Amino acid sequence: MAERALRLTGLSKSFAGVRALDGVTFEVDAGEVHALVGGNGSGKSTLVKVLAGYHAPDPGAQLELGGRTVSLPLPPGSSSRLGLSFVHQDLGLIPSLSILENMRVGRYRPGRAGRISWRRERQAVEAALRHFGLDLPVDAHVGMLSPLHRALVAIARAFADAELHGGGVVVLDEPTAYLPTDGVDRLFDAIGVLRQNGTAAVIVTHRLEEVFRVADRTTVLREGRAVGTAPTAELDEGKLIELILGRKLEEYYPAGASAIGDTVLSVRHLDGGSVHDLSFDVHRGEILGLAGLVGMGHTEVPYQIFGAVPARGGTIEVQGHQPVPAGSLTPREANRLGLGLLPADRLGGSGVGGVSLRENVSLPVVARFFQGGRIRRRAEGRYVQGLLREHDVRPPFPESPLAMLSGGNQQKALLAKWLQMRLPVMLLDEPAQGVDIGARKEIFQRLREAAQAGACMVMASSEFDDLAGVCDRVLVFRHGRIVDELAGAGLTEDRLTAACYSSRSAA
Amino acid sequence: MSTVRAGEPATLEAGEGTAVPPPAPAARRAWLFDAGERYGLLVAWAAVIVLFSILAPGTFPTRANFDTIFGTQAVLLVLTVGLIVPLSVGEYDLSIGGVMGLSTIFVAYLQVQQHWPVVVAVLVALAAGLAIGAVNAFFVVGVGLSSFVTTLGMGTLLTGVGYGLTNSTTIGGISSGFVQVITYQVLGLPTAFFIGLLLTIVAWYVLQHTPLGRHLVFVGEGQEVARLTGLPVAKIRAGSLIACSVLAAGAGVLQAGVVGAADPGGGASYLLPAFAAAFLGATSIRPGRFNAWGAFVAVYFLVTGISGLELMGISGWVQDVFYGGSLVIAVAFARVAARRRNAAA
Ligand SMILES: Nc1ncnc2c1ncn2[C@@H]1O[C@H](COP(=O)(O)OP(=O)(O)OP(=O)(O)O)[C@@H](O)[C@H]1O
Ligand SMILES: [Mg+2]
Repeated sequence: MAERALRLTGLSKSFAGVRALDGVTFEVDAGEVHALVGGNGSGKSTLVKVLAGYHAPDPGAQLELGGRTVSLPLPPGSSSRLGLSFVHQDLGLIPSLSILENMRVGRYRPGRAGRISWRRERQAVEAALRHFGLDLPVDAHVGMLSPLHRALVAIARAFADAELHGGGVVVLDEPTAYLPTDGVDRLFDAIGVLRQNGTAAVIVTHRLEEVFRVADRTTVLREGRAVGTAPTAELDEGKLIELILGRKLEEYYPAGASAIGDTVLSVRHLDGGSVHDLSFDVHRGEILGLAGLVGMGHTEVPYQIFGAVPARGGTIEVQGHQPVPAGSLTPREANRLGLGLLPADRLGGSGVGGVSLRENVSLPVVARFFQGGRIRRRAEGRYVQGLLREHDVRPPFPESPLAMLSGGNQQKALLAKWLQMRLPVMLLDEPAQGVDIGARKEIFQRLREAAQAGACMVMASSEFDDLAGVCDRVLVFRHGRIVDELAGAGLTEDRLTAACYSSRSAA
Repeated sequence: MSTVRAGEPATLEAGEGTAVPPPAPAARRAWLFDAGERYGLLVAWAAVIVLFSILAPGTFPTRANFDTIFGTQAVLLVLTVGLIVPLSVGEYDLSIGGVMGLSTIFVAYLQVQQHWPVVVAVLVALAAGLAIGAVNAFFVVGVGLSSFVTTLGMGTLLTGVGYGLTNSTTIGGISSGFVQVITYQVLGLPTAFFIGLLLTIVAWYVLQHTPLGRHLVFVGEGQEVARLTGLPVAKIRAGSLIACSVLAAGAGVLQAGVVGAADPGGGASYLLPAFAAAFLGATSIRPGRFNAWGAFVAVYFLVTGISGLELMGISGWVQDVFYGGSLVIAVAFARVAARRRNAAA
């Protein structure tokens, strides 16, 4: 019988009117990897935040850590002392501070006379980053990093904490949402190292293949209740999906391609960041995928085409407009040309957490509701509510702040923000991140419908199965260049994986 | 929206499981808190009025005091209404005191010492506000300096210029015609009050009811989100600094009319009260956002409190204590309320 690292019983949590958790029991053995899965809004992040001392649970909950009873609510900031470390869904980094400060804040080891030895701190941080293959300047502001690097910094921080304390539990809330496959490999390797020290890992994820890959046991939450815990070996994908959704899921990816028409977007000789001399065309009705491993440049492309990140050179041409130099393009102009961008950074680039769903979603079209000298807020609310329903955002209350939704529901709402515009070209970075398998299907359906209606989509994603299932064509990147192009019958998950990993450049 | 929903499974439990009906007491508590937050300041204002009417029955609830409160403080109202514009987009403007002081001085100096027509003097003062706002915007938006530091420097610089122009003395004797216009009583209140009221209404309308106001909020709360949605972020930031500066100059013009003289240190003493009122206002009416009616209530709450204390015989130092204290309390209260509102992100 394994030693118990964490035992949480009778956990309930209500937010004004919403019961996010309802009598949940959750147990983690020492040194095990435990997957915590469930649909969007099922309460996973809420459970994590109770453990982090972020939320006070309703009375009646009990927590034992390493066999000792710990009283709830946990005082904020006490978790690391108790052997818990976290990667939160929103990462919990402070953008205005440097990597070094983010990694070490509250963890400084003062030397003699209470002075912080910055040299030692710096070395510790560099070592922790190298663990994840990161070679970043530790003085860089976290706000300037790509979403991917930010995620890796947050992960490196949690692991450094766990390593320092030994034992304990690392809790990762959707750490892989931004990670390309090789990043996931590194993460799982690191988890393997940790568990040898007796540290347990709780990992929240919507990618079921990851559950089967790393988890010893799996607990499923549905609508705030724990519907089961089982050794992962006793589950299969169908069973797990049924536990998560409470129903079976049939055909996952939308059937049928759209009619591919003439060229809508032409990118020529785009240069910037790690992208070199990139040229490609996208056609009406087409969903084009961009794939690659960590740092290969494919995730930067949507931002550069949109002018969100300055390019060094190249031109962008949208059908019906003159080609424009990419170096001087601004998001505002790009928008006027008919481009839209869904960034990966949900609460940093895509929407504002403290502002209502109504205002977030209607932001690009708010002028439509300006009639008779004022914004018709009632009409705006009804419209947004309709849109939220259509995109299956739960709960679909236009007046609640965006941050009150679960991560996956935020993503659905923000996708609605852009798709309502029916722009000729949509650029998307990880459009289905954080969305559960049930709703994911809906999102891909939406994208396909938009394409069939004549739009074209350019979508960067680290999920090969999704790219293979949804896209008409996928460009594979290595070191900032296109090295392969897969389409039609040649576009399968296996071939895509092989193309991304292969060291030969085909094309 | 006309998109059809393909293959919606009939078994989807539409979130019933999570959206249990609210437990009544909790919901009522939330509602009470909400209303309390929204109208708390208004209630506090009423309480202050009642309190001082009891404590100083002979002097507080009088016509003369009413005139002081509503008449002379229109200047602070205009200054505060201007200030909430850049605060909404996340920029500070600490030069408003300097702008206001210089504008008063311009009116007095040009009209009294240079014998210009008062209308021209007023227009020059407003144009100066515009120009200073543009310089602020150039450094903050164009060059990318922090608005806090830039406007702090600018405000001090302008105050210095004011002392230079006046030789550090008060310039009196502003055209009595002009003074009469500004203090002319309509319905028992001076024109200055109605100008302040009108500007409050304009600010409320723009911030609350127009797409521009919505854009300001997003630039303030999430500049990157605003930029990636294609909003003209630079123009909005620059425009807000310019608008604020013009309104500060307008406050200076009103001051010239209300007082009839220009005191070179006059503007600077209004800086802190305007910030106190803006931040206090952001805790009410539309809690969490800088808003015009919140600012209006806050200005008159502060002014009423101070005039009450002064009538009780506590004068001189009490203004600074009251304004300074209110600023700190307002900011602390806003933080606590915000934390309560989004207990989680
Ligand atoms: N601060 C809050 N105020 C009100 N409701 C909240 C708050 N935080 C979460 N909720 C609600 O609690 C429920 C559970 O949310 P939670 O974030 O735990 O879901 P999740 O399982 O992490 O989902 P996802 O997979 O989408 O991230 C949701 O219905 C959500 O809307
Ligand atoms: Mg979550």
